[in-house]
Formats: sequence, structure tokens, C-alpha cells
Amino acid sequence: MRSMSDVSQICPAIELQDISRAFGKRKVLSGITLTIPKGELFGLLGPSGSGKTTLVKIMTGIDRADSGTVHMLGETMPQLKMLQTFGYMAQSDALYNELTGKQNLAFFGAMFGLKGRALESRIQYAAGLVSLNEHLNVQTSAYSGGMKRRLSLAIALLHEPKLLVLDEPTVGIDPVLRKSIWRELVHLTKQGITIILTTHVMDEAEKCDRLGLIQNGKLIALNTPEAIKLNTGSSTLEDAFIALGERAGERE
Amino acid sequence: MRVRALAVRIVNQFLRDKRTLALLFLAPLLILSLMKLVFGGQAISPVIGIIDAPAALTDKFEQLNAEAEIVLYDNYDIAKAALQAGELDAVLQAGSGIPELMLEGSDPSVNRAILLLVQNATRIEGGHNAPVVNYLHGGPDLAPFDAFGPVLIGFFSFFFVFLLAGVSFLRERTSGTLERLLATPIRRSEIVAGYLAGFGIFTLLQATLIAWYSVHVLGLHMAGSIGSMLLINVLLSLTALTLGTLLSSFASSEFQIIQFIPIVIVPQAFFSGLFNLDAMNPWLQKLSLIMPLTYGADAMQGIMLRGEGWSDLQLDVYVLIGFSVLFALMNVVALKKHRRM
Ligand SMILES: Nc1ncnc2c1ncn2[C@@H]1O[C@H](COP(=O)(O)OP(=O)(O)OP(=O)(O)O)[C@@H](O)[C@H]1O
Ligand SMILES: [Mg+2]
Repeated sequence: MRSMSDVSQICPAIELQDISRAFGKRKVLSGITLTIPKGELFGLLGPSGSGKTTLVKIMTGIDRADSGTVHMLGETMPQLKMLQTFGYMAQSDALYNELTGKQNLAFFGAMFGLKGRALESRIQYAAGLVSLNEHLNVQTSAYSGGMKRRLSLAIALLHEPKLLVLDEPTVGIDPVLRKSIWRELVHLTKQGITIILTTHVMDEAEKCDRLGLIQNGKLIALNTPEAIKLNTGSSTLEDAFIALGERAGERE
Repeated sequence: MRVRALAVRIVNQFLRDKRTLALLFLAPLLILSLMKLVFGGQAISPVIGIIDAPAALTDKFEQLNAEAEIVLYDNYDIAKAALQAGELDAVLQAGSGIPELMLEGSDPSVNRAILLLVQNATRIEGGHNAPVVNYLHGGPDLAPFDAFGPVLIGFFSFFFVFLLAGVSFLRERTSGTLERLLATPIRRSEIVAGYLAGFGIFTLLQATLIAWYSVHVLGLHMAGSIGSMLLINVLLSLTALTLGTLLSSFASSEFQIIQFIPIVIVPQAFFSGLFNLDAMNPWLQKLSLIMPLTYGADAMQGIMLRGEGWSDLQLDVYVLIGFSVLFALMNVVALKKHRRM
């Protein structure tokens, strides 16, 4: 027998049913069905322009699908109250360049209803995670590309979201820092936080619980990294994806 | 709470951008000063009411072939009422004895034209009985700039706030920060309110500075209270702010914001009282009714030249508030383009 709270417990973090999206006449996503359980570290891969960003925007309700349904934690999307639930890091660093790193963090923190000491301690935590503590009082226009990316990630983590949606979070970040950020992401999933990210980096993909491969707007593979390698008989993920891509291309 | 955070953010952004601040605060002062130095008079056809006019005098006006229109009265009170209502530019009482001339006074170039005309007409009559001159508003030392200065003050508040608000909101959109902001639980109405509050602070400062500079440094004629002047200026700027952010939804670059200037700003300058519209098709004149600057300029002139109080200003105040509310609501709706909830 299940109690009510169990029912909400078993709701997946994200549930996509038959999602399609076109820009004008160009079909960008077609018939994507995908379920991501809670606490999973899910990676979306695919060639540039294959529709990864479009798909994560639809998951969060920032963009709308032309057809199909989206559920986040059991709730039909898009919904205003669900915006409190997830943290989103866009592919481009949307920062206020006239402001300091701290002012950026404080502003977005306030948008999520954080204030006073709670806000201050969350700023310290998030900035610490991406090693930006010493640069918080510098204007962001003076940040390097990697620093901007890290600040953008810190903003997404600020309000302790249950779900993190990160669009290419580690682009332009050096290997040492990238390693420590990944350690923290894995640590977060252990606490039950769901992370959905897009990436082009294969050694990052290896660390995901499950991977989805998108090509020409279709989901052509969905499995754990090991199973994907096994099914294609490849020794590396890179080879596996090249093989999968070719197979999908032949079928079309 | 979110509204306050958004307002604080806008203030912080502005404080970092010294040049934009300078544009907002100093450019209007510079241009007002230049206009004062440069501006001359223009051709005028005044309306003069004459009481107890001897036939000889009206003939003289005919002979002078003046551009003026003459209306005859036999009762001083009726003529005075017409003068107060703005139907006449002057009343000449020309019975026996010394003629008395009462000028409406708000427009110095009209004053000068009438004085010249009346002096000529009465000189031929007798030579020594120059008229006694009185002013309903203003006085003999009102300069042309005093008359259209109030319109310019309104115009520049409007112009610069429109530009800055438009560009700021556009940047929010093109830099991707609007998308990120809309991925937070902020409501669309809170965004509009936050922008109003953040810019409102600068608008108030700008209005105060312009008012102070015009009256105390440039020495513009000021018959009314500086408080009402501030009120009108702030309301006008809020209209510019809401209109600027609204129109920025239809622009995709800073350059396209600039393109709104000839379409939205310049026509308002023509219609708002800088130029005399009497020669224009009356149907076209009605266009001025949909332009916020018409009401702002009318109120500013009323305050500064005629010392008008609340009862005269309230219509302008309500209309300006109406414009701001309308544009703000349209802004909330326009944001639906980016997020439907
Ligand atoms: N707003 C838009 N208007 C028109 N076309 C768009 C828009 N956004 C995306 N597209 C198109 O949709 C396709 C998928 O774009 P998307 O950004 O989702 O790709 P992506 O997989 O994230 O690529 P990348 O790895 O380079 O980030 C692209 O061909 C792009 O041109
Ligand atoms: Mg992308």
C-alpha cells in the first residue's frame, strides 16, 4: 500500500510526452518522449543545432512545444509556481555586466525570495562552489569567459533547487575547476537533486547516470553510458555515438 | 520585494554607467540653455477685442492692413472674460481719454506684435495719447523663451527618459537576461513595476534638476508652484518610460530604438505647442489629443506662465496618469510574448 506522499515520491522529475517543436517551417524537435526519474544525473548529447537547448527550454517552460505534454514533478508545465522549483543555467551567460558578481547573485536570489542572512549564506556557498569568492566585488564586465560561466552556474544553484537544468555548464572552465564542479554535481544528485545537462564533452558524458542522444530533433538513443557502448560494440562513447549517428542517418 | 530588488538593480546599473547618467541629467540642461541663446520670434496674427471703438480707430486698423483680427465689444466685462478664456490676445478700451490696453501676456511675441500695432493706430489718432498697457499674465519683460521654455522642459524630460528606458529594456531582452529573469518566479507585472520604480527614482531627480535649473539658472518666468511643475514633469517622464519599454518590444537593436524618434517623438514636438497650429487642418489638429506631450506641455505652460493651480491642472494630470497606466498594462501584456504565465 502506498500513502499520498509516496505517490508524489514516485513522480518523475521530468516527463515528456511526444514533444514536437518547429521554428517557422523548420522542424527542430519531433516526437520526443522521455522520462527522467528523481535524483538522476541525465546528460543530453548531440551535434550542434540538433535541438538540445530547445528541448531543455521546453522542459522548464521557458519555451513551449507545438504539441506534446511536459510534466515536472507531476505538475503540468508551464506553471508560474514551478519556476521556484528548478535552477536554470542558459547556454549564454545572461549576466548584468554593469553589476558586480555579488550584485548579480543578490538580484537573482531576491527573485527567488531569498533575503537577509539566508541570501548571504547561499551566496557564499554558491560562489565557493565555483571558486569565485575572491572576485565577488568585481564588476562582471571585467570577468573572464570562464568566470562568467561559473557565476552563471552559481546563480542556478542559489535557491537550492530540487532540479537543475544546465545548458553546457562547463564550457570554458579549466580542467581542475571542472573536476571540482563535477564532484559537487555528483554530490548534489546523491542528496536527491535531479540534474539535467547538455554537453559536448565525452568524459563528462561518462559520468552521467543516463544519456540521451539527439540527432536532427529525434531521440536516437537513451541508456546508461555502459549499455550504449555495449550495444554498439564500441570501446569509447565517442565511437558509440559516431556509430549510432551513422545508423540513424542510414534509416532516414 | 522582487519589485524592490529589481528597482535596486536598475539603480546600481545606472550608477555604473556615468555617461548615461550624464545624458539623462545634463543633456536637457545643455539643450535648454542653447535654445534660450538661439531662439527668435515668429510671424503672428493676434485677435484684439476693442470696446467703444470710434469708427476712426477701426478705420486706422484697416489702413494699417494688419494681420490682426478685430472683434468689437460694447461691454468691458464680456471682453475681459473672452480674454481670460484665451479667445482674445488683447482688449483695447478706446473710448474718450487715454486708451487702455490689456494684454493676455503668455506669448511675448504676440505681446510685441500687438503693442506695435496699437501704438501705430493710436499715434495717427492724436500723437500724444499712448495707451496704458496692462498684462493679464506675465509682464513686459517676458521673453519668447519664457513662453516655450515650459514646453521644452516637458519635451526633454520625455525624450531622454523614452530613449533610456527603451534601450535598457531592449538590452535586457537581447543580452538574454530577460529570458533568465523570466525563468525565475517573478510576475510580469512585477517586472513592469520594478522598472517603473527603478527609473522613477532617476526621473524624479532629473525633473527636480531641470526645474531648478530652468527657474533659478536660466531665469524662466515662473508664476506657479515648483511642486506642481515637478509633479507634471514626473508624470510625463513616467509616460515616456512606459511608452519606451513598450515600444522596445518592437525593436531588435538600439538602432531600431533610434528609429522611433522621428515616428514617436518629433511629431509630439510639433503638436505640443512649440509651434502655432492654427494654420493646420482642424481634423489634423485633433491628432494632438492622443499625444502625451500635449497634456504635459499644456500643464507646464499653465503653471509657469499663468500660475495655474490644481483645478486647471487636474485634467492634464489625470490624462497623463491614464497614459502611464495604459502603457504599463500593455507592457504586462507584451511580456506574454516571452512567457505566457
Ligand atoms: N528562436 C529560434 N528561432 C529560429 N530557429 C531557432 C531558434 N532557436 C533555435 N533554432 C534552431 O533550432 C535548431 C536547434 O537549436 P538548439 O539551440 O536547440 O541546438 P543545440 O542542440 O542546443 O545546439 P548547440 O550544441 O550548438 O548549442 C537550430 O537549427 C537552430 O537554428
Ligand atoms: Mg545549445
